[in-house]
Amino acid sequence: MSYEINGAGVHYKEVNERIKATGDSDIFIKNACGHRYLGAGTSGKNITIDGIPGNALGAYLNGSRIVVNGNAQDAVADTMNSGEIVIHGNCGDTTGYGMRSGNVFIKGNVGYRVGIHMKEYREHRPVIVIGGKAGDFLGEYQAGGIILLLGLDTPSDVSPVGGFPATGMHGGKIFIRSEAKFEGLPSQIVLSDATDADKELFAPFVRKYTEYFGGNADEILSSHFYTLTPNSSNPYKQFYCQN
Amino acid sequence: MLKEGQVRIPSGCAISGFINRNGERRSGADIVTSISYMKERSNGLGGGFAGYGIYPEYADKYAFHVFYDDEATRKVGDDFISEHFEVVDCSTIPVREHPGIGKAPLIWRYFVDCRTSKLKSNQLDEREYVAQCVTSINHNIDGAYVFSSGKNMGVFKAVGYPEDVGEYYKLEEYKGHCWTAHGRYPTNTPGWWGGAHPFAMLDYTIVHNGEISSYAVNRNFVEMHGYHCDLLTDTEAITYIFDYLNRKLGMKLEDAAKVIASPFWSEIESSAKYTEKERGILRYIRANFPSLLVTGPFSIMLGFEGGFMALNDRLKLRSMVYAEKDDTVYVASEECAIRAICPDIDGVLSPRGGEPIIVRLNK
Repeated sequence: MSYEINGAGVHYKEVNERIKATGDSDIFIKNACGHRYLGAGTSGKNITIDGIPGNALGAYLNGSRIVVNGNAQDAVADTMNSGEIVIHGNCGDTTGYGMRSGNVFIKGNVGYRVGIHMKEYREHRPVIVIGGKAGDFLGEYQAGGIILLLGLDTPSDVSPVGGFPATGMHGGKIFIRSEAKFEGLPSQIVLSDATDADKELFAPFVRKYTEYFGGNADEILSSHFYTLTPNSSNPYKQFYCQN
Repeated sequence: MLKEGQVRIPSGCAISGFINRNGERRSGADIVTSISYMKERSNGLGGGFAGYGIYPEYADKYAFHVFYDDEATRKVGDDFISEHFEVVDCSTIPVREHPGIGKAPLIWRYFVDCRTSKLKSNQLDEREYVAQCVTSINHNIDGAYVFSSGKNMGVFKAVGYPEDVGEYYKLEEYKGHCWTAHGRYPTNTPGWWGGAHPFAMLDYTIVHNGEISSYAVNRNFVEMHGYHCDLLTDTEAITYIFDYLNRKLGMKLEDAAKVIASPFWSEIESSAKYTEKERGILRYIRANFPSLLVTGPFSIMLGFEGGFMALNDRLKLRSMVYAEKDDTVYVASEECAIRAICPDIDGVLSPRGGEPIIVRLNK
């Protein structure tokens, strides 16, 4: 039996207090409607959400697992530290904002600035897997981690990525499943075809994606992927000043 | 009272709205419910609503909603309005006492026709005449603010949380085919009644989440064309920009959106998404209306007679989603505000930055 919280008419503060207070690790939240910061900072919980969670779902998440049976709003996984978030729908802007580690799987599309300023340190490597397409500024100021954009519903000659991807990116990797031509890439970014080594790196996440949402992982992995990386260890040298 | 520029309060906003394409009217209670789900985005220093189709009994009269600081100011305002218009009906706007709403100004409503003799002697188009009169009252009568001046529509606003403002004005007693709402979290200016959204001129109303960094440039331009930014908050300027472009110049709203949220030159010149003809139009727009480019973060909803438009800044620095169900289009800062009043919408979409969502009533 899981511990159930009915969000209808209850302020998010109270919902979050109940999540923290309960000894149960399995928690089911129904009738979520704009409740912010759900599961924020928690460890060891297994939270399932029906309805529409509010902004900053799983912010500072520290090991818990959150599953949303629908869409999520802005700033999912803000500064997430570890754990897993699975969204059976779309996500808003700034998903994975400043994420430090852990995994986020999104079945559908995401908004603008996804993965903005994600970072990594040694074994702490955040991963965002997006099944659909992404808005502009994907991986803006990305400092580490992996963004995997699958573009599953996008025709092969149309790019699933929005404008100005990887603007200010200086670490990490972005993989994009597409054959369409790229536009608007900053000069500090190298665009290449994903290598076998790249595919080996992200294959486990594709398999997890299909495990959660369905689809054929081998078929997805056999497609063409682009890899976006910063073009040197210091691509912004002399960008702002003579250094 | 200290206004824009005299005080700075460092501190988001919420917007929500819907329109029924067939003109079917819905109670104002729904929009109040919708905006209440985004309470975290407001701080109680301003809330407001615009309803369209709410005055069918006076559908062809201009409906003025006016704030007066005191009784003496009301007399001056009354005289001005009676001199320039034939007043068909005039009363205070019914409100209910509400613990969430503090000291109110006097709030009056007039249903008026233009005085034919005045129109003739001024040789003005009727709408221009009304706009000039409204501007004149707001600019010249200290303590009087016409905050709504269109036909068969009305703005209701106050200092408070929007759901309290809605209850205060008894919005459940009005029915409209289109409603917009705003919850304010003032960033640079104090919360005062005239500074709450929506900002209106004729039937144009704007609700805005964001802040305009091009305010001074925009203001200087519109003030050269007869407007006065007397409410001294940035959003007001956007209302006048649309009035100027759409009503005065006759520019299509699709193009007006490109004036306000122009694509970058780099995109215009090199993006494969534009045809040569579109490039030409965009170059023309950028070259001719640089002073009306609105920079800084914004998501706005423009209400107008016969439709509404939602628009994000070109970098999409504020959130906004939309959905459609049963011929009603919903727009809000957050999906929860839509699901709160229409739980079974199928798909929620996000417009791209600078891409207007324009909905017009079916004829």
